[in-house]
Amino acid sequence: MDRRFAILIVALIASCGVYLFWGLGPRWQFILGLRAPKLIGMLLVGASIAVATMVFQTVCRNRILTPQIMGFDALYILMQTAMVAGLGISGYAGLSISMKFGAEVAVMTLAALLLFGTLLGRGTQDVARLVLTGVILGVLFRSFSTFLARIIDPNAFAVVQAASFASFTSIEPNLLPVTSVVCLCTIGMALWLSSRLDVLALGRPIAISLGLAHDRLVLIALMIVAVLVSVATALVGPIAFFGLLVSGLAHEITGSARHARLLPMAILIAAFMLVAGQTLFERILGLQSTLSVVIEFAGGLFFLWLLLKGRTR
Amino acid sequence: MICVEQLSHNVGKTPVLQNISLEIPKGKVTALVGPNGAGKSTLLSLIGRLMPLQTGRISVDGADIVQTPTRDLARMMAVLSQTNTLGSRLRVRELVGFGRWPHHQGRPTNEDEQLIAQALEALDLTTFGDRFLEELSGGQRQRAFIAMTLAQGADWLLLDEPLAALDMAFARRIMAQLAALREAGRSVVVVVHDINHAAAWADHVIAMKAGRIAAQGPPEAVCTSQVLGDIYDMELRVTQIEGKPLVLHHL
Repeated sequence: MDRRFAILIVALIASCGVYLFWGLGPRWQFILGLRAPKLIGMLLVGASIAVATMVFQTVCRNRILTPQIMGFDALYILMQTAMVAGLGISGYAGLSISMKFGAEVAVMTLAALLLFGTLLGRGTQDVARLVLTGVILGVLFRSFSTFLARIIDPNAFAVVQAASFASFTSIEPNLLPVTSVVCLCTIGMALWLSSRLDVLALGRPIAISLGLAHDRLVLIALMIVAVLVSVATALVGPIAFFGLLVSGLAHEITGSARHARLLPMAILIAAFMLVAGQTLFERILGLQSTLSVVIEFAGGLFFLWLLLKGRTR
Repeated sequence: MICVEQLSHNVGKTPVLQNISLEIPKGKVTALVGPNGAGKSTLLSLIGRLMPLQTGRISVDGADIVQTPTRDLARMMAVLSQTNTLGSRLRVRELVGFGRWPHHQGRPTNEDEQLIAQALEALDLTTFGDRFLEELSGGQRQRAFIAMTLAQGADWLLLDEPLAALDMAFARRIMAQLAALREAGRSVVVVVHDINHAAAWADHVIAMKAGRIAAQGPPEAVCTSQVLGDIYDMELRVTQIEGKPLVLHHL
């Protein structure tokens, strides 16, 4: 195996070890029981976002788009606002977590399929239209949430705000078994399709000429993206630039165009960044729930760098 | 043989192809010529199943292009369209390697590697093998795409303006290469802009105008001042050199 992969695997295992076992103290069973689900959650979210972003970028043949930039996060926040507005604070807090999770995943998957399917479905390669539509939908969702936020009372708005930032600290352990199965199956499928995704990246005419069932694969790929992004967002909340950061780094580090290398590399990078970052914030800096802000900041800078460097189409 | 029956195609409400029926002979180099917007590229894309068929039927060596699995079609014909934008950053060798994908589906064998090397050799790209496509000139990139199409090893080659962006040395070389492929038993359909390349190298010329077939036959029959003058709405002289028609369209 490649040295780069080996280094990352070692780094990931080490960061997981540190996260789990550092400063356990006498009541270690209890603490491990708290940390293990969080760790699993972070690994799942990292892998999901990594794969979703990579696959999405392949489908639209563009390296600066992520599903989140396409108005996905705005939809999530709108759903939270709508639920708080409709049910009130107590109603929102009293929602069964698994029901809420299930509903969110279902709605977001559906919305993503509708949005991406109409935009990319029939062999369209019009990236400008895709981006514009995504941006406009994002604005629409955001304005609608703002409107709802104005008519709900300030306390309820505080609840909405809390739900609008990704939090790796509050991963709900009960959701993990189902989420793991869904994510692992979907990621497995993406890996299995990796050779076909390579061909998909060549553009529709060449892909068809090479005998790829192009339009069907685009649909399957979009379903993979929709499921993974929905599950990850419903689990921790919106993280816009993380996927971009991960996919950009995976491209830089592997220097390859083969998904069989890109996807595992992106998964390793994402998982390592989340676990190492969270360890740093929880244990050393003693701050909580700011990881997403730092990731967004770094991701945003990286996004600017990508744009300015002009390495993307 | 490629068989096109009653093919019509609209883009929006504009008819691009109007009730075309034709047969493209196997084992020959067939040139598609005609003015801009005559529907040459559309016809080629429809035969190559790059666009969905609206009305009509197309079959390649008896295989209906709608019903035959696209994977099987990829081993029968290779299509290269006019503009190709890649989503990934590839080296020349990697791109040409994709030509073998219909045969190995992601697991290249030694034989595939050899055929890739041959295709690179054929287009004089061996020294560029490890360069990234975006670092090449337009003509060199075009050669890489043609090499990929060659590597696919299909019986039919459908090329849309392969000579665009090529200098005259490579333009002639590509046409000669297509002729050599015909000698090896393959069939080529090529959209060419320079009528003299069609006249010199093709066995069969199909001339299109405004979505219809205006004339077809051997170059001597199609490349006459009468026929071409009608198609292009211009006066032109045609002379002969070594028994091939030479169209003096620039004078």
